[in-house]
Amino acid sequence: MRSSGSPRAGRRRAVLRTATAALSLAMAAVLAGCASADTSTDSPSADQGFKPAAQKEGSPITVWADSTRLPSVQAYQKSHPDVKMEIVTYDGGADGSTYLQSKTQLFDRTGSGWPDVVFGSPTDMTWASEPTKPGAQAFAAPLDDKLVPKSTLDGFAKGSLAPCQFNGHTYCMRNDIAQVVLWYNKSLMDKWGYEVPATWEQYEALGKRVAKEHPGYLVGSVGDTNSHESYFWAGQCPAFSLVKPDTLRSDLNDEKCVRTAKLLDGLISAKAVTTKGFFSQGFAKDSGSKVLMAYGPSWYGQYLFKTAFKTPAKQIAVAPPLAWQGETARTTGNVGGGVWMVSSHSANLKASTDLVTWLTTSDENQASAPTYPAYTKAAQAWLANPVNSDYFANDVTKPFQEAADEVWTGWSNTRFSDATAWSSVVLPALTSGKSLVSTLPAWQEEIRNQAKAEGYQVVDE
Amino acid sequence: MTLLETERVAVSALRRGTVPRRRGPGRAGYFFVAGYALLLLAFGVFPTGYSFYLALTNDRGQFTGFNQFVKVAQDYRFVPAFTHMLVYLVMWLAVLVVLVVLVAVVLRSRVRPGTSALFRFLYYIPGALAGVASVLVWLFMLDPDVSPVSWLLNSMGMHSFAAVLAPGNLPLILMLIAFWTGAGGWMVVMYGALNNIPDEVLEAARMDGAGPWRTAWHIQIPMIRQWIVYMTIMAFATGTQLFVEPQLLQTASLGRVSPSWSPNQLAYVYAFQQGDFNGAAAISVFLLALGLIAAGLLVARSNLFTLDEK
Repeated sequence: MRSSGSPRAGRRRAVLRTATAALSLAMAAVLAGCASADTSTDSPSADQGFKPAAQKEGSPITVWADSTRLPSVQAYQKSHPDVKMEIVTYDGGADGSTYLQSKTQLFDRTGSGWPDVVFGSPTDMTWASEPTKPGAQAFAAPLDDKLVPKSTLDGFAKGSLAPCQFNGHTYCMRNDIAQVVLWYNKSLMDKWGYEVPATWEQYEALGKRVAKEHPGYLVGSVGDTNSHESYFWAGQCPAFSLVKPDTLRSDLNDEKCVRTAKLLDGLISAKAVTTKGFFSQGFAKDSGSKVLMAYGPSWYGQYLFKTAFKTPAKQIAVAPPLAWQGETARTTGNVGGGVWMVSSHSANLKASTDLVTWLTTSDENQASAPTYPAYTKAAQAWLANPVNSDYFANDVTKPFQEAADEVWTGWSNTRFSDATAWSSVVLPALTSGKSLVSTLPAWQEEIRNQAKAEGYQVVDE
Repeated sequence: MTLLETERVAVSALRRGTVPRRRGPGRAGYFFVAGYALLLLAFGVFPTGYSFYLALTNDRGQFTGFNQFVKVAQDYRFVPAFTHMLVYLVMWLAVLVVLVVLVAVVLRSRVRPGTSALFRFLYYIPGALAGVASVLVWLFMLDPDVSPVSWLLNSMGMHSFAAVLAPGNLPLILMLIAFWTGAGGWMVVMYGALNNIPDEVLEAARMDGAGPWRTAWHIQIPMIRQWIVYMTIMAFATGTQLFVEPQLLQTASLGRVSPSWSPNQLAYVYAFQQGDFNGAAAISVFLLALGLIAAGLLVARSNLFTLDEK
């Protein structure tokens, strides 16, 4: 059945095969030989001056917001009926989503379609502040360039605009900050006679005590996609430290990373800290009521304890961030916190800027915002609003305000999400029973590989 | 052997008769293929050509030869992604071929017609779900907190969704999803192919003393070999394009699955995260080449398209 065709056809086929092989070899030689151009060209720096698009007064603006900030945008629309707006809901960059970036890449290729105002994550600013390809204009407009007065920009919490700043310009306004604080269940702590820890050492000791005296109760979780920002960022671990715009220092062997990892390993093996995520499926149902303490961002109160765990009011309290014994300077981490940016392609920069300013700085919007405002004056109004503090068992003002100014600035935003390596390398290892200390090298390797793939030079000193 | 001779006689009887005069090609034929041909050009051939262009140039349109291919092949995610895909493919193709053929043979010869029709219908149902919906079904199946078979997962030592999604389990999970959605349709197709075998042939085999398994192994399976090859080619092509399933698992597991698990995902990361469309195109060309080579080998070794011409 196999031998089909005449011998002559076979010979012809052999000749043909030889010819094809010779031709493809020649092609390969040509292709390999005369290829001198680089595979990608360096993005030109954004410092070529910002050229606004032709402005059309009163033209409609398109706003992209996540579902959490949608009511704010709708409120603006209601109080400013003369502004023509089209509001679009999207994921807002949550959980390392790159929807906005993907879309912008495509808009830059087609040359149209950009939204005017966008809510995004601080990570988004790393690409939005530079052109996505040669000849394109950076997506975000430099707001300090005659759009927003300096006095307004100066009113944001210390360091909170750092993710917006590139090449001496400010490309976004911070909507909210997510300073990490110590959350605890005051009713249980009082009942069991525990003292709220002020240092990491006390936290560790109390965790081990809880594991022994009340097994099943938890003092924290490392299983969420952003847990490393609560613990390692707060611990000043130089995992994502940009020393220069294109040079990343990532050194997980640093003593500051190892001490945090060791502390957590001890608590994990004592079963006081879980490797399941607070936000993972089923956690709220199974263990939500067993969370005695949690080290996490300022939005844990509303979104974790109140909404997810359904903990009754007046049980949950807030304490300032933890310090390391013997260290005077206390620092903390930051988990998220969105930004608003204006498109450099907008045909109505005035309306767009006005909207962004109102959203980020006005008491009218921020006093009832779902998360802690980055604008200092608005934060005071937010704290004064009983809606934001009624739920808690203590006064959150002092811990929140202190933590807001203590966010460590050594953890940089990079062109890649810091969550990818943590969730795809470290978390599976922890789930399979490995220790954090033994996973640090693999974590570092993944960060370095990712950084190199994104064009960073990586150093460990 | 009986069967081959029967067939040859039948075929040559047709061939030997006067060659029927073919009518000259009319315009209607072109009209009928035009719609598909246009769409194929616009959405199949042109994008392929464009991706070759992208793969051979850089973001300024300068010619770079093979450098894009070298660059992506040296990427630290390239080898893992292709390894993941190949492990998955081997598992999925082996399971698909063995189980689909086995089930089809059993349904055809060992089960009463009514029951067989019922089973074919049941097997086909999951195939009626779109890819995304079937992944969602599996997300529930695989999460010990909500799964109806959580006892099974627990007995295998997996007490959380995260534990189920351990990196080593992923090829198996994706294979299960693919088999569950794809196999039912192929079982129906194979059953149809088995139906085409003339009863006389099976009768002759029985008279020669072949039992059901000998009949299956020596008569039925050889006679549907082309269908099996066809299924393998199609399944190979879908397998290399693995994207939706790992991407959804990545989102649903809150990032515990690598965003560049499969080559297609890696191409997606290149295009939409790194803004490197040229590198993404190079990865797609690798996938295209892989698919063409595999299909070419299978077609050549099985005479898939040549048998009728003898």
